[in-house]
Amino acid sequence: MANQLQVRVVAVEEKIWSGDAEMVVARTTEGEIGVLPGHAPLLGLLKEPSQVRVKLTGGEQLTYDVSGGFLSIDADGVTVLAESATPGTPESR
Amino acid sequence: MAGQVQALRRRIRTVKSTKKIAKAQELVATSRIAKAQERVAASQPYAEAITHVLTALASNATIDNPLLTPRDRVQRAGVLLITSDRGLAGAYNANAIRACEQLIARLRADGKDVALYVVGRKGLGYYRFRNRAVAASWTGFSERPTFADARRIGESLLEAFVAGADDTEESHGPDGIQGVDELHIVNTRFKSLMTQTAEAHFLAPMQVEEQEREPGLRPAYEFEPEADELLDALLPKYLNTRIYAALLDSAASESASRRRAMKSASDNADDLLKRYTREMNSARQAAITQEISEIVGGANALAASGSDV
Repeated sequence: MANQLQVRVVAVEEKIWSGDAEMVVARTTEGEIGVLPGHAPLLGLLKEPSQVRVKLTGGEQLTYDVSGGFLSIDADGVTVLAESATPGTPESR
Repeated sequence: MAGQVQALRRRIRTVKSTKKIAKAQELVATSRIAKAQERVAASQPYAEAITHVLTALASNATIDNPLLTPRDRVQRAGVLLITSDRGLAGAYNANAIRACEQLIARLRADGKDVALYVVGRKGLGYYRFRNRAVAASWTGFSERPTFADARRIGESLLEAFVAGADDTEESHGPDGIQGVDELHIVNTRFKSLMTQTAEAHFLAPMQVEEQEREPGLRPAYEFEPEADELLDALLPKYLNTRIYAALLDSAASESASRRRAMKSASDNADDLLKRYTREMNSARQAAITQEISEIVGGANALAASGSDV
């Protein structure tokens, strides 16, 4: 297993971001979930509204405010699908 | 003679200004095609991902979702027709409406009632003029549809579909909603710049295509929440995505169709201009020739009468 997560953040109207990351943190309807490389395949519905945080290798962090979203994790990586996703401020949780 | 020249001049001016309009429309449409195609391309990743996810789900969940199960008895079918808001797009709207009429005739022949949902002012105008009932309509975004538009349409279609047709003789059933038992969509597919075809498709109940996969490669997914619940949440989104894709495709087709219509209009204006200019020149030349021959004739007559006196 690679020790990098391939992450795609996709909104209906466009692809927002894609690249490698160390960790993805999202909140599903069941609770918060942190995804590291090698995670078991999972499909999750994201809480409404919620934030998705993508932690990059350099310690940087990308935050997206997501509505109508869900999360798909498989061997290829993590895909966040959303009806709309906008870059959000890291402070607001 | 001079009158004829003036009339032709006026005509040339008219054709020239018409040509300018057609040319401008053509250029605008050309740039819109490119934009529309970009939007189609931009919506691809999401469409692919959601199809992938649904396929994974459908093989894990018990499929008894109302959106997936065909109804035993179909009393009324909903038809969503996508047309444009503006005209001057060649046969674009006529073709879409014709495909829709064919579908309606087929549904009626099967003994189904039809509820019509229309997108675009042109389609709405067509049915309003003929006094035919339209269950709901949306206008004002045919050239630049957004996902919010698709969601609005999807929500009201879904409401009608979930309610189902339970009509009694007098009313639309106990819930008061004019429900439908199946949904069709008629939109124009953008095949290439030269070909766009109006097509009818099944929208609901949906058939999730279970892709053939190599054995052993199907990942065992975990679900949060449970698979059935997840399916309930995802299917409406999938429906909206389908509608959004149809709107985008139609927008691209509309622009392509308008570009072609406006191109032939401005080409035709060019031909007319050429013809009228030739006619005007020969009329002007004829007038001059006549004037000269009158002067020469007059002078000759004068000279002849002068020599006589």
